[in-house]
Amino acid sequence: MITVQDVTKSFGNFKALDDVSLEVEDGSLTALLGPSGSGKSTLLRIIAGLEMPDAGEVVVGGRLATHLPARKRDIGFVFQHYAAFKHMTVFENVAFGMRIRKRPKDEVTGRVDELLELVGLGGLAGRRPSQLSGGQRQRMALARALAVQPRVLLLDEPFGALDSGVRADLRAWLRRLHDEIHVTTVLVTHDQEEAMEVADRLVVLNEGRIEQEGTPRELYEAPANDFVMGFLGPVSHVGGHLVRPHDLILSDHPAEGAEEAMVGRVLHLGFEVRVELTLHGGEEVTAQITRAEADGLELSPGDIVWVRDPATAGAVAAPPASA
Amino acid sequence: MVVERRHRIELRVAALGYLAVLLMIPVGLVFYRTFEHGIGAVIDSVSTPAAVSAFWLTIEAAAIAVTANAVFGVATALVLVRTTLPGRRLLNALIDLPFAVSPVVIGLALVALYGRTGWFGPWLTDHGVRILFSVPGIVLATVFVSLPFVVREVAPVLREIGDDQEQAASTLGATGWQAFWRITLPAIRWGLAYGIVLSVARAIGEFGAVSFVSGKIAGETQTLTILVEQRYTNFDVAGAYAASAVLALIALTTLLAMTTLSKRRTLS
Amino acid sequence: MSGAALVLGRRPTRRAARRGALPLGISTLWLSLIVLLPLAALVSRSLDGGLDQFWSAVTSRQALSALRFTLAVSVLVAAVNAVAGLLIAWVLVRDGFRGKAFVNALIDLPFALPTIVAGLTLLALYGNKSPVGIHLAATQASVALALLFVTLPFVIRSVQPVLLELDSEMEEAATSLGATPGATFRRIILPNVAPALLSGAALAFARAVGEFGSVVLISGNIPFQTQVTSVYVSKQIESDNPIGASAVSVVLLAVSLGVLLGIRGIESWGSRRGR
Repeated sequence: MITVQDVTKSFGNFKALDDVSLEVEDGSLTALLGPSGSGKSTLLRIIAGLEMPDAGEVVVGGRLATHLPARKRDIGFVFQHYAAFKHMTVFENVAFGMRIRKRPKDEVTGRVDELLELVGLGGLAGRRPSQLSGGQRQRMALARALAVQPRVLLLDEPFGALDSGVRADLRAWLRRLHDEIHVTTVLVTHDQEEAMEVADRLVVLNEGRIEQEGTPRELYEAPANDFVMGFLGPVSHVGGHLVRPHDLILSDHPAEGAEEAMVGRVLHLGFEVRVELTLHGGEEVTAQITRAEADGLELSPGDIVWVRDPATAGAVAAPPASA
Repeated sequence: MVVERRHRIELRVAALGYLAVLLMIPVGLVFYRTFEHGIGAVIDSVSTPAAVSAFWLTIEAAAIAVTANAVFGVATALVLVRTTLPGRRLLNALIDLPFAVSPVVIGLALVALYGRTGWFGPWLTDHGVRILFSVPGIVLATVFVSLPFVVREVAPVLREIGDDQEQAASTLGATGWQAFWRITLPAIRWGLAYGIVLSVARAIGEFGAVSFVSGKIAGETQTLTILVEQRYTNFDVAGAYAASAVLALIALTTLLAMTTLSKRRTLS
Repeated sequence: MSGAALVLGRRPTRRAARRGALPLGISTLWLSLIVLLPLAALVSRSLDGGLDQFWSAVTSRQALSALRFTLAVSVLVAAVNAVAGLLIAWVLVRDGFRGKAFVNALIDLPFALPTIVAGLTLLALYGNKSPVGIHLAATQASVALALLFVTLPFVIRSVQPVLLELDSEMEEAATSLGATPGATFRRIILPNVAPALLSGAALAFARAVGEFGSVVLISGNIPFQTQVTSVYVSKQIESDNPIGASAVSVVLLAVSLGVLLGIRGIESWGSRRGR
């Protein structure tokens, strides 16, 4: 449905995208994930037609769209800061796309009302955007984008400007909406939790290149490199390789392949307990265990425990010859 | 990517063309015409006694007017922004009057007040005070036209910075005056400077109002702008250009000051 | 020039309010002495010969002709400024080219240049000794030209900050929804810029109506043809008709006040529409 082929884009001396290729399946919800400056927003905007690539091709909705302006691509775009038309009512905002296409009045009214109900803004049609909360404005923006039945829906950090509670709600709501409507959707975010919760497929970008793509589970459990691993979840940097804190096993007696360590702080975070450890060589490592395990071990600062990474055959500590 | 590239060029050409025809070419031409016959002639023309006296009169009137209006401006800005006294709104509305009123109206109004048959006329004659056809009249007209500038530049700055700093100073033991000199004034200095520059430009450039109240007596009550007009109507075109060049140079200096200060006042 | 309507800020402390009484007194006194008193004296003088004389002075053939011409040319100038000013402001805000900062600074030249010099400047290029053969002196067009010069910055400087602040994402949203550049301009940009555009044009109108210095030399002051009200008034003074001159001046004053009120109305309409 969307194909990006060898796309490169620079802004002055800064290379935002370097030979990027990507395919987005019809009806899927794909998240472009990465840190600031990774190129994810640029890629989205190139798909949208708000930017033009320096090299490469873009196919949107089955049509070659590389140099087609945004208004001809049949897309819907949702901005981080809503881009609400301040001088229009909520109704007029949502109706905008249809008015541009000169749809008949009844059709417009019907569709707008239907969409406002769908996004939970029924009854607010006469308000101005300035009278809505952030979350409401973003839902209006979504309704506006969907009003013209786009082939592709593109969202640029749509929940970035909202409070965390609202963000969590809208995240879940977006997923439910997608399950109902099945528009091919591409979402840009720097929040890995958001991406993993909402998307069918993840594409991780870093410094203008795609590091890995796949399902959330694939990326989490089989990261292609340290960057992807570190970006998608907490890591403990141990002896030159990365380990998930909750993969580490602690015991209060020496064990095969385990390394001695001193307990630093023990943080009780609800269900889980985070234990900060210092190894022989001075390296600091974080382990994450359940409350039950913690109770069993009865840890306090200064205790000596043994740490083992079951994934690696050997010990946790660095091999002697490491730099 | 809203306006495509080719349209962009067309718009740019149209805009610049308009400005060239209306603004840039005429101004350029005046400078060319002025110095056409060499800079010596120009210098002679602006060093006649009448010209020199006109220059100093202009400077004097502007200096008095701008100083007075700067004090008034800061005081009024403080009143408008930091108080809730009644009459504030009316004051605010009236300050814009000099922007919108015609110079001839201003001149006539001053004559109606200070002229021989004006409201103050008899009192002034009895006490031998001459306002019209004399320097005080010119000063009054200049003060009128340059009144609003400092207020209108300082008030928004005051509003934007808020009175937190002054409150902090007060908790540290500063009196009202101390807070004003040490906190408020430094905070508004760029807005104030910009307002003063605008006032100076307006004061030096005033023509209509001063020409009505001055009597245009050569060597005594002629400002530079009046001198320009007098020379032109007496067919001394070159002389008019020369005096204009002086005014234009002052204007360009003002413009430079405005541009430099403009960035500072929005950054602070 | 920032809008007066936006100046009055939030409520300050009671102590500040009491301290403000003295400055308020000084300000009001200053304003009254310098501005209000002379204007009041003018109105009074215009009525020195009674309402009849006032009316006949204001409705004399020459006065009416001058007023009609003045209003007509000022409306024309305000309209041209609205279009040209918006265009120039757009180019200055959205476009980029070498020398743009220079051009931007130059816009303020009519503010800084004395009106009499402005008139002379235009005479040099478009008067009798014009090097390009355009002879506009003593024509109605010359008046329009002079007024366009002196009112150039008003619309531009009024619209620029609004354009700068205008969320470019709104325009991107519009284009993503299928709007052509023309539709985006009409439906998104123009409505948001309208209050600033109108108040800038109104200021230009007010300035044009009262303009004297730039017009007096170039227009030729031909009664019933190229004579504007301000010049008519000065001629009445020369002809020793102070009441007549005052009466017509009061008409000019009324127009100025009317426009100021109108601008205030536009500004509060603009802020009510929601930011």
